Amino acid sequence: MTILDPVWSSLLYLAAAVCFILALRGLSSPRTARRGNLIGALGALIAVVAVFLSSRLENIPWILAAIAVGAAVAAPVARRVKMTQMPQLVALFNGVGGGAAALVALLELSHADDPWVRLAIVFTLLVGAVSFAGSGVTFAKLQELMTTRPVVFPGLPAVMTAVLIAAVAAGVAVILTGSSALAVLLLVLGLAAGVLLVLPVGGADVPIVISLLNAFTGLAVAASGLVLGNVLLVVAGTLVGASGTILTRAMAAAMGRSVAGILFGAFRGGSTAGSTAVSERPVRSSSAEDVAVLLGYAQRVIIVPGYGLAVAQGQHTAAELALALEARGIEVDFAIHPVAGRMPGHMNVLLAEANVPYESLKEMGEINPEFKTADVALVVGANDVVNPAAKTSSGSPIYGMPILEVADARQVVFLKRSMRPGFAGIENDLLYQPQTSLLFGDAKDSLAQVLGAVKTL
Amino acid sequence: MDGISLLTITVLAVFVGFEVVSKVSSTLHTPLMSGANAIHGIILVGAIIVAGQAADPWVLAVALLAVVLATANLVGGFVVTDRMLHMFHARKEVGTKAAAGKVGGK
Repeated sequence: MTILDPVWSSLLYLAAAVCFILALRGLSSPRTARRGNLIGALGALIAVVAVFLSSRLENIPWILAAIAVGAAVAAPVARRVKMTQMPQLVALFNGVGGGAAALVALLELSHADDPWVRLAIVFTLLVGAVSFAGSGVTFAKLQELMTTRPVVFPGLPAVMTAVLIAAVAAGVAVILTGSSALAVLLLVLGLAAGVLLVLPVGGADVPIVISLLNAFTGLAVAASGLVLGNVLLVVAGTLVGASGTILTRAMAAAMGRSVAGILFGAFRGGSTAGSTAVSERPVRSSSAEDVAVLLGYAQRVIIVPGYGLAVAQGQHTAAELALALEARGIEVDFAIHPVAGRMPGHMNVLLAEANVPYESLKEMGEINPEFKTADVALVVGANDVVNPAAKTSSGSPIYGMPILEVADARQVVFLKRSMRPGFAGIENDLLYQPQTSLLFGDAKDSLAQVLGAVKTL
Repeated sequence: MDGISLLTITVLAVFVGFEVVSKVSSTLHTPLMSGANAIHGIILVGAIIVAGQAADPWVLAVALLAVVLATANLVGGFVVTDRMLHMFHARKEVGTKAAAGKVGGK
């Protein structure tokens, strides 16, 4: 049935595209972000209604049932997922989107005679399949269903090269012949390439892979829009491709490494291996009471949370500590390094969940000049992102990574589990400086003890 | 729609995308990612069109699988992004709450 004139459906698609752009624009400030997201959802609703009203569709009961199944599976998961598990969920949703795009392209092949349309189909198939399989492996790594270490085996680069060459050959053959069997082969090769792409990536580099695969899915959806001649898919996919690209570059810059170096670093041998050696140099270790006195009589405290805080589920205790200090008239901010957490901006979400107001969440460029005016920098479960070696020692693996300048603060307190070096396996000279003291223990327990001691001051 | 028009729209969309996304606050990079994720779930429209044209039961089955996956992507993405953004709140609310607590209300 066709109720709507094609002109009207085009206008509705345009409205939906505008909604998506407004949704992304809303994210420029936490104040407007939630409304923006709702506008985006409205746009999606408009688009789905438009397709039902304007296209001549068979099988409508089946389609409605499939939509109900998809929504019934995804909505409860989205509503219940823990904020620490957000990276896995994003990887999962990203993967199914890529998979859907690949399937749509596969089915459109029988209607495509134009070589350009077939080229778009080949692109969608390959990139969608890479995104689906790559996201699946990423999910497994983050959910710790498999090892989080880089998985490398001899001959991996050769296998990857062979798969890519075979994929290009299959792609050319599909464009020339339009054969569905070859398209299925291309799909399988894309899946293999996705797995091989993500396997060698180490745990801490996974955030980059998530944003890269996000860009891939966006591009696959845009290409499927070219296949179907659907402007909305083109615009939406391109927007997502742009956002994934920008985030990938921002994350790589925040780690001081190139995207290629992260993806293929493990091919060249253990740059992210990390030493587990424990240094014998003397440090000043401190008690929770001492730390409480330092904090309680300061005027300005900057808390630097790292992923260790999230692992210990200590973000609520950190937020309580900040409140307790603020109640004493102390100015407290959180300094967030861009790679703190398991995906871009993850630490902000974890602290927002713990009711820290977003004005207190300061990004690196904003907070770095302020460390000079801080009495105490409290580093909780972070190491590499505050390591001055990134600036001073050119031989260090983290050299060139922008860091939070905690060394500028009058006093630095590290809450650490042990003297084991951080992920990059580099010693942190800051730990041995006279202004530094250390409180050993689980981040959450240490914070709770300090909080208790602050309350009795 | 002809190829050149689609190409024009694609190129313009690239610029709009970079322009809009580069203004996103880095505090909101995780919601940006999950929000962008939700947006590419609009592949659902493509999946519905393909499913609606399917005559062969196998084609229909594959298309319906695509509809399920795309819906999961779309609905899940918007729901989880909303949940996250709901948690970001300004200092004002906390301030008035804390102040109200201290002086026992206005």
